[in-house]
Amino acid sequence: MGFFEFAGDILPRLLNATVTTLKLTGASVVLGLVVGIFLALGRVYGARPLRWLSSGYIQFFRGTPLLIQLLIVYYGLPPYLAMIGIKLSPLVAAIIGLGLNSAAYQAEYFRGAIQAVQSGQMMAARSMGMSRAKAIRHVILPQAMRLVIPSWSNELIYSIKYSSLAYFITLPELTFVGKKVALHTARTFEAYLVVAFIYLVIVIIVSRLLTMLENGVRVPGLGSHSGHR
Amino acid sequence: MEGTNKQDADRIVLRVEDVYKAYGDNEVLRGVSCELARGETKVVIGPSGTGKSTLLRCINQLTLPDKGHVWLGNTEITCKDCDINQVRSQIGFVFQSFNLFTHLNALANVRIGPMKVKRMDKASATKLAREELERVGLSDKTDAFPAELSGGQQQRVSIARALAMDPKLILFDEPTSALDPELIGEVLKVMVDLARDGMTMLVVSHEMGFARSVADEIIFLEEGRVLEQGPPDKLFVHPREERTREFLHKITELYGE
Repeated sequence: MGFFEFAGDILPRLLNATVTTLKLTGASVVLGLVVGIFLALGRVYGARPLRWLSSGYIQFFRGTPLLIQLLIVYYGLPPYLAMIGIKLSPLVAAIIGLGLNSAAYQAEYFRGAIQAVQSGQMMAARSMGMSRAKAIRHVILPQAMRLVIPSWSNELIYSIKYSSLAYFITLPELTFVGKKVALHTARTFEAYLVVAFIYLVIVIIVSRLLTMLENGVRVPGLGSHSGHR
Repeated sequence: MEGTNKQDADRIVLRVEDVYKAYGDNEVLRGVSCELARGETKVVIGPSGTGKSTLLRCINQLTLPDKGHVWLGNTEITCKDCDINQVRSQIGFVFQSFNLFTHLNALANVRIGPMKVKRMDKASATKLAREELERVGLSDKTDAFPAELSGGQQQRVSIARALAMDPKLILFDEPTSALDPELIGEVLKVMVDLARDGMTMLVVSHEMGFARSVADEIIFLEEGRVLEQGPPDKLFVHPREERTREFLHKITELYGE
């Protein structure tokens, strides 16, 4: 059997697993986005205890291996969660682990973007009677969100690839199924090559979409491509 | 007697009483008082670093004064428990550096205050924003983003943004200082029109032509105190203080009439 025939043969199983990979990445990035924004706001605008809490969180999740975090969530927490009647499926555990980790990185990108918004913007918003919360929501975040897209794109692409670590907590995502196929068919090299290729295609498509998003929301005078002033 | 005082009090839009502000050892404001009646325009002048901008910021509490009181109409706004956002929504502020919202076009910049602060519906706020932009002569720039506008146009949008809140008074913090000379005129013209339309305005500016033509009073601030104040003619022709004469002479030479 030639390579392409082999690839065609194993593709249906791998594409099934790809759906799991996409679910995992999508859900964990969204979780990371929501938590990350609040962490960033806490770090920039919060009272001291909140700032410390946010910094501590970010420090912990950036300072320890993602794999260890996944193992803690999937194997370490269940005895405690069982006491309150919660059982984690591998998918949910992976989403939580990857999501909380991604939140720490996204928080740093958001913090940078929030701080890159000119200070006069907040002052102008406050001077017309907006509360700080309103100013953040209507003035600071819409600008920070645009500024953050390039660095945030990197994080999303990392997340796609790091989702393969869910392999270690038995989630049948692309890498996990790829390994099974490799063992099963004894054509390790080709099997992993197909797996790698699928990741590559996902990354290329996502990068394209992000570039489209960046162009779609671009505003003159805001962001990296705004030369003139 | 009682009656006149009452009437007077009703005419007063802004009263600043004995305001102090220090940054560390640097006493920027050392007991400043002033008053604006409805429809009045007063121009604050003085050497740089003398607390002019700080005074404006203490009025709308972007900076909290250390001591002293500010009243808007009959309401004290320097108390601990007053709703500062409600207060600020009644006081327009025009910045030296415009500070238009970068992510919004001109129309949305003007509309956002009425919509988000006063909860006006979008259609009414849009209509209002168009009117205010027309008032500053920018009907054709409603869709332009700040980065696509000249400095003079940006400052006019920012004046429209202040006007859209229907403020009791507008504070101008050196509104033309960041502008190229050829763009200053268009902004001053808008301000002159406003003053003649009866807007109450407190303006920090060294544009003496503007001060002479529309100011009811000039307030000369030096070292955190009001050294002298009075109608422009009086200050220009018969200043009480030698310092005032010197300063007016200097800036008139610099900025021209």
